[in-house]
Amino acid sequence: MSNTSSEVAKGPHHSGGAAPSALSARNITKRFPGVLANDNVDFDVRPGEVHTLLGENGAGKSTLAAMLCGLYQPDSGTIARNGAPVVLSSPRAGLSHGIAMVHQHFRLVERFTVAENVVLGSRDLSYTLKRAELNDRVAEVAERYGLPVDPSATVGDLSVGQRQRVEIVKALYQGAEILLLDEPTAVLVPAEVEKLFENVHAMTATGKSIVFISHKLGEVVEISDRVTVLRNGRVTGHVSGRGSADTRELARLMVGRDIDLAVQRASHATGHEVLQIRDLSLTVNGIDVLSNISFNVHEGEMVGIAGVAGNGQKELADTIAGLVSPTSGSVSIGGSMSTDRGPIAARELGLAYVPEDRLGMGLVPSMSILDNLLLTRDRDTVVDRASVRPEANRLIDQFEIKANGPEHLARKLSGGNAQKVLLARELSGGRTATKLLVVCSPTRGLDVGAIETVRRLLDDARSAGQAILLISEDLDEIMSLADRILVLYRGAIVHETAGESAQLTTVGAAMAGLSQEVQK
Amino acid sequence: MNSNIWVLMSADSVALATTLILAALGALFTERSGVLNLGIEGILLTSAITSFIAADSSGSIWLGLVVGSLLGAVLAGIHAVLAVTLRANQIVSGLALVIFGTGLANFLGKPYEGKNIETKILPLSFGPLTDIPVVGPVLFGQDPITYLTVALAVGASWYLFRTRPGLELRATGDDPATVDAQGLKVSSIRIRYTLAGGAMVGLGGSWLMLAESAAWHQAATTNGIGWIALALVVFASWRPIRLIAGAILFGFTLQLPFTLQAENITFIPQAFLQMVPYAVTLISLIALSRPGSSNALGAPRALGTPFVRDER
Ligand SMILES: Nc1ncnc2c1ncn2[C@@H]1O[C@H](COP(=O)(O)OP(=O)(O)O)[C@@H](O)[C@H]1O
Ligand SMILES: [Mg+2]
Repeated sequence: MSNTSSEVAKGPHHSGGAAPSALSARNITKRFPGVLANDNVDFDVRPGEVHTLLGENGAGKSTLAAMLCGLYQPDSGTIARNGAPVVLSSPRAGLSHGIAMVHQHFRLVERFTVAENVVLGSRDLSYTLKRAELNDRVAEVAERYGLPVDPSATVGDLSVGQRQRVEIVKALYQGAEILLLDEPTAVLVPAEVEKLFENVHAMTATGKSIVFISHKLGEVVEISDRVTVLRNGRVTGHVSGRGSADTRELARLMVGRDIDLAVQRASHATGHEVLQIRDLSLTVNGIDVLSNISFNVHEGEMVGIAGVAGNGQKELADTIAGLVSPTSGSVSIGGSMSTDRGPIAARELGLAYVPEDRLGMGLVPSMSILDNLLLTRDRDTVVDRASVRPEANRLIDQFEIKANGPEHLARKLSGGNAQKVLLARELSGGRTATKLLVVCSPTRGLDVGAIETVRRLLDDARSAGQAILLISEDLDEIMSLADRILVLYRGAIVHETAGESAQLTTVGAAMAGLSQEVQK
Repeated sequence: MNSNIWVLMSADSVALATTLILAALGALFTERSGVLNLGIEGILLTSAITSFIAADSSGSIWLGLVVGSLLGAVLAGIHAVLAVTLRANQIVSGLALVIFGTGLANFLGKPYEGKNIETKILPLSFGPLTDIPVVGPVLFGQDPITYLTVALAVGASWYLFRTRPGLELRATGDDPATVDAQGLKVSSIRIRYTLAGGAMVGLGGSWLMLAESAAWHQAATTNGIGWIALALVVFASWRPIRLIAGAILFGFTLQLPFTLQAENITFIPQAFLQMVPYAVTLISLIALSRPGSSNALGAPRALGTPFVRDER
């Protein structure tokens, strides 16, 4: 059963609307320059429940959480703890009311030990540190909630899942009654997610409240007692009932329309070869990163390169883009050799490149959207912004980029919008019309709405006759988009299949190196 | 060979090491909070001449030391405002401080050029201990500030690694966002340690003038010790105890050319020997300015990076 809005939830630990909220926020509004991040938001958590904040990237989830823990101050609105109004003027004030946040980007000092991190900033810490005693105290708290951590381990040596556990132990050590977990599963592998959910249950069982932030529908349905959906800073719905919420309904509330991730493979005739790769090999420090790779990509065709990360994908893309010179073999774009001629030559032959590292390699974070566009447009000595501004405005509209104009800094964009800017720049062509598009993990880390848009944009580009090389670790993405699939394993192509007839098991086995079949 | 001169030289190296340790300790505390202050040389020079003027006009060496230290804190305060509050480029601000400090010191020092001060800080005497050959003068023939300096370095190590404020200081230099999320004030911590560091550098500069009863010779008074101190911090991997060892080594190399000259040992050219400490300094400062290698050396992760909460 899922009931929308205003109706009272019946969580497993409570029997009605009479339970007082452990924490409640009323009419919260928060504005950043040019962005209304939270608009009149109401939110509350009861003791012992998991209340999820669901929303796409940029919906305002982190901002709301930051105000609930005292990191940011709301422009207007009130926050109450156990019914009594409180002002959370700093994270310290939040902690003193028993509210702690585990940030999306962990706040841990890598060089410190687990125990040092846990006690950092805690108020009852004595002037001189007694390590043995601190280690014992930290271990004791960790054990109480079934969160095994080694207090004397250095945080820099720990896995992401372990670090997250340290963060939770830290919050509990500081006496948190309400824990805000900002996208905790984004960095975890499935087994770790299971473990985290066990920890969440252990905490709620002792009466602690969890605010769980996510944009992944499946896990939200699994873990939440109640769900509040945010879109563009506004609450679009409340849904309740553990395990019974309707994912389609949640998706609609989150994105604002029905969504469909399965892009149809467009049927179209493929033209002549745009990218030709012949016997390409690359040796780095004596290791064969790419060996004897040959394939073509035709006009209007999308070729997918599947494989587990680190099997040569990045090197292949960089070689095609002219950033790396191969040890042997050749690359030609549109019939002209581009090997060893560098990135500018490759672009002049019609290459567009969307690297995996959007804000490092793709865009210059500290520059505006406009200036990022200019990078591939204008090679004159004197920069002519005025000539590109109309195009920038047009692309912002066409690609539905959420930004306050062409002057918006790239680093202030959400992941999905940064990716859209990058795609907009690359797909629209620079001084040469784009013939070949090389894209790496184009939807990694994006929310459903943005994934849908990006996939549609790629599909449109294919229909428009551009040749596309899609390099992705997301097998589902490749299976649903690519006309032809090549599997890269240890730098070699070990499997090739047509998109329509591809079998998940065969491709998966090839990615794991279990395939005997070698190309041709 | 006259063994006496070697003993004297060792004693002198320890003495020279005092200024080095104080200056480097000041830089170390500043850098541990994440602020890079390249202006050490400027602070040293200015505090040297002001301590001289204060001691000369008041007749009190101790007043000179106090004034010199305070001036060090004031100059470091300029850097703190620029680097922490206004988030200016720390390298530019530090270099500006060198130029400003050198100019100011030369201006203030004009009337005192070549002039020596009457009194000086007297070495302590431990009676028979001081008379022990070789070891005596080196270990037991130093002045109170030198002993204080060694105690300060040892205490600094304890403070950094064994106390709560030390933990918070190290965390601020490594990961200010984490410190901020704990509700501690990053800018206040950084400003406090930049000021404290400046005072230590100032004390070092004052001591150089007053204990050695040196005369004011413009920039040659400090002779680049401020830069060597910065290199020393890199050598010591930002650890105070290693700083003591490094300072004595540098002190020894700085003294060596003079001793060899006195001994008439000429098979190594003097100019070459004089160059060595500065060459080593140059190399380690290059290492410091390369992000990858400075991290491997143990530099605070956020060294030189301003902290802004809202920026992403
Ligand atoms: N510190 C900030 N400065 C300016 N804009 C910000 C800042 N933090 C968030 N925003 C903007 O506010 C909106 C909401 O962001 P955020 O709360 O991080 O969303 P979510 O966590 O749901 O992905 C976004 O448009 C984002 O760009
Ligand atoms: Mg977020």
